[in-house]
Amino acid sequence: MKQIVSIENLHVTFGKGTNTVTAVKDVSFAINAGETVCVVGESGSGKSVTSLSLMRLVEFGGGSIVDGRLSLLRDEGTVDLATASPATMRDIRGDEIGMIFQEPMTSLNPVFTIERQLTDGLRVHRGLTGHAAKARALELLKDVRIPEPEQRLKQYPHELSGGMRQRVVIAIAMACQPRLLIADEPTTALDVTIQAEILALINRLKRDTGMAVMFITHDMAVVAQIADRVVVMYRGEVVEEGPVAEIFAAPQADYTKALLAAVPRLGDMRGKAAPEPLRLVGDTSDPKPLRPRDPPEPLLEVKNLTTYFPVKGGPLRRHVANVHAVEDVSFTLNKGETLSLVGESGCGKSTCGRSILRLVEPTSGSVIVDRKDILAAQPRDLRRLRREMQMIFQDPFASLNPYMRLSAQVAEPMRNFGLARGSELQDRVAGLFDRVELPRAYMRRFPHELSGGQRQRIAIARALAVSPKLIIADEAVSALDVSVQAQVLNLMMELQADLGLSFLFISHDMAVVERVSHHVAVMYLGRIVEIGPRAAIFENPQHEYTKALMLAVPIADPSTRKLEGDLNFKPIPSPMHPRGYAPAPSQYDTVAPGHLVLRGS
Amino acid sequence: MRAFFSGKGLIGAGIVLTMLLIAVFAPVFIPDTAATQMDMRARLAGPTAAHIFGTDQLGRDLFFRVVLGAQTSVMIAGAAVLMSVVIGLPLGIVSGYYGGVIDNVLMRLVDTLLSFPALLLALTISAVLGPNLTNTIIAIGIAFTPFLARIIRGEALRVAQMPYVEAARAAGTTDAMMIVRHILPNIMPAIIVQGTISLAFAILAEAGLSFLGLGTQPPDASWGLMIQASRDYLDVAPWTALVPGGAVAITVLGLNMFGDVLRDVLDPRTQE
Repeated sequence: MKQIVSIENLHVTFGKGTNTVTAVKDVSFAINAGETVCVVGESGSGKSVTSLSLMRLVEFGGGSIVDGRLSLLRDEGTVDLATASPATMRDIRGDEIGMIFQEPMTSLNPVFTIERQLTDGLRVHRGLTGHAAKARALELLKDVRIPEPEQRLKQYPHELSGGMRQRVVIAIAMACQPRLLIADEPTTALDVTIQAEILALINRLKRDTGMAVMFITHDMAVVAQIADRVVVMYRGEVVEEGPVAEIFAAPQADYTKALLAAVPRLGDMRGKAAPEPLRLVGDTSDPKPLRPRDPPEPLLEVKNLTTYFPVKGGPLRRHVANVHAVEDVSFTLNKGETLSLVGESGCGKSTCGRSILRLVEPTSGSVIVDRKDILAAQPRDLRRLRREMQMIFQDPFASLNPYMRLSAQVAEPMRNFGLARGSELQDRVAGLFDRVELPRAYMRRFPHELSGGQRQRIAIARALAVSPKLIIADEAVSALDVSVQAQVLNLMMELQADLGLSFLFISHDMAVVERVSHHVAVMYLGRIVEIGPRAAIFENPQHEYTKALMLAVPIADPSTRKLEGDLNFKPIPSPMHPRGYAPAPSQYDTVAPGHLVLRGS
Repeated sequence: MRAFFSGKGLIGAGIVLTMLLIAVFAPVFIPDTAATQMDMRARLAGPTAAHIFGTDQLGRDLFFRVVLGAQTSVMIAGAAVLMSVVIGLPLGIVSGYYGGVIDNVLMRLVDTLLSFPALLLALTISAVLGPNLTNTIIAIGIAFTPFLARIIRGEALRVAQMPYVEAARAAGTTDAMMIVRHILPNIMPAIIVQGTISLAFAILAEAGLSFLGLGTQPPDASWGLMIQASRDYLDVAPWTALVPGGAVAITVLGLNMFGDVLRDVLDPRTQE
């Protein structure tokens, strides 16, 4: 096997003088031709810095390669990328090393056509112009399986969907048939079905061309699906390296063990009656399953909830169309249980949660919380009703006010409702800090002094402050590193067991949903296409879309690989309809008691 | 607080403090006549021992004029900017936070004011109200309000869409508390930056009004009036422009440094 690139004792620092921070320390590994090496680690582990060092792009971000060799095999022999001249690097970038970035929305230039962006590299590195370049560009688009490639050449990035754009980015990276493809979290910003397509595509391109692939990700499930070998990084160092099967079956390093224990695997909950916390490393207690109450008592009843957003157009900015974000959604959430709304971006799951709290005004329907009608409430009553239900948001960095001390933020809901004051208020805040397992010393701090997971604990403490019955968690763990995600999930389940809370858990992550839910509703284009007990949805999916979703979800187990062959899921149609368009009501077939599937479609 | 004791903080605060002291105490210790005393034999004289900054076209001592003019310039600029903040802040916050019809009405009003050059607007107001110190402040204050209102509206709009505002609303925070606890602290940096820049422009706006006979009345001194008066003598006596111009430049520099540091000091993220 031919070694394409080898990294030896790489050492990268940022900053100067006393402010020097070491980002990567003594990292060594190699990638062979036709091999996918996954570099996996949590945020700040140095995985991206390693890849940027190979491209020598790290210098543009203020970093410097202090030590180490980065050998790349070229036709004329090996070069050390760490010391190569800028001219040599320009030759290599985009020609011998191709790179795919995380964000397909911003890695294409919006003012140039796809053709122009595809042929740039061909012109510079291959001297192709005119028809020859166009022909090659077309060939590339066909290689990445873009439908109607001739038309795409003339289009601009905004005319393409996210998945399509990422295919174009891959085509650009592949344009000069690189020896090494670096993919830095290429699917993190994409929906799960598109992720599956892109992963299958990268796999096929690797097989066809025999290039080496360096795949950077934080997602162990993706690693299990695509890697030949795995390099695990932690705090700038390689803690473990080995073939994918060995890493998953018998991890050696403590960090790898802890990481793998924290990953929820789809199918883990098969045959279990109730959700239960993840068993983390060092946790010896038996996880307590969260059995639902018997008989179930409904807490939240949503009937025919519909939310449209007006679209204005024309010279007079008249109301011409509606985005049908939530379309005739009905479900019931019982006390002490978790109902998950799961679906891909744009399916209306977040809008549904926000409509229930009336953070956006629904168009029609009814929402009953504990026998009180939320949608009929006057503004004054609504404020009082909001005590019953609180929300946890996705982004732990944006959901806390940067100018307020943490104790004040947790105290705010109690002050709003006059629940406590003075020293009693402080005591209750301290109690909430204990409850979410944060040291009381943090009460005087500001949000920026905390990590993402700690901030999310603050958000949970704030939500708990008014003792609500219902908590709507909108992608509450999606932005967190996997080990932190597991701790926050376990905390939420523990709170449910202790306080009898109900969660409306909004997520795109099927494995997490399987872990925490009593009931699951799958949303597609604003409607619930399938709803039922967790076991029914995951073990006996009926709706076509649910099945496609299950098929696309990567499983954190290298022995069940499903990304063979090309995948092409049906693109999601637009939820925008002209004004006056009256969609048919949602009608359901009962598969089993409580397990409903949308009729038609 | 450490930011205040950095080089930038000390210089900025030093300049601002010095200018304030000069503005307040110079008229107490220096008689008015020092700035109006004409010495026709020493017209447009360069810096000498008798007149350390030189003299203007009427032989008046530039040092005393710039020192005594500080009060007029600093007071007019400060009061005008304060006035535009006091009017522009509520306008901007209400517009950005509530949006909808209120926003549309207020912003069309602001747009109307913005469609006139600020100086022309100040000129009109000053002409209608009559030329005196108070009216100059009012004229500049009103002319500067639309810029501030626009910027504050934009910031309020941005902050109002942050998840922490939504989180606070879900937690039952009323609109008034929302503005005090969440919106105001988060738009403060923009107000400080825009405010310090506005001060510089206000000093120059006062100059424009004075030049047209609607601001400070001769023989009183203000920096703006001095710059305007110097324009005919730029080639023979450049110091007549450089002295008041330098005073404006140093003040603006000091204000900007001070504003920068103030913004950092108020931001918990830059503290240890």
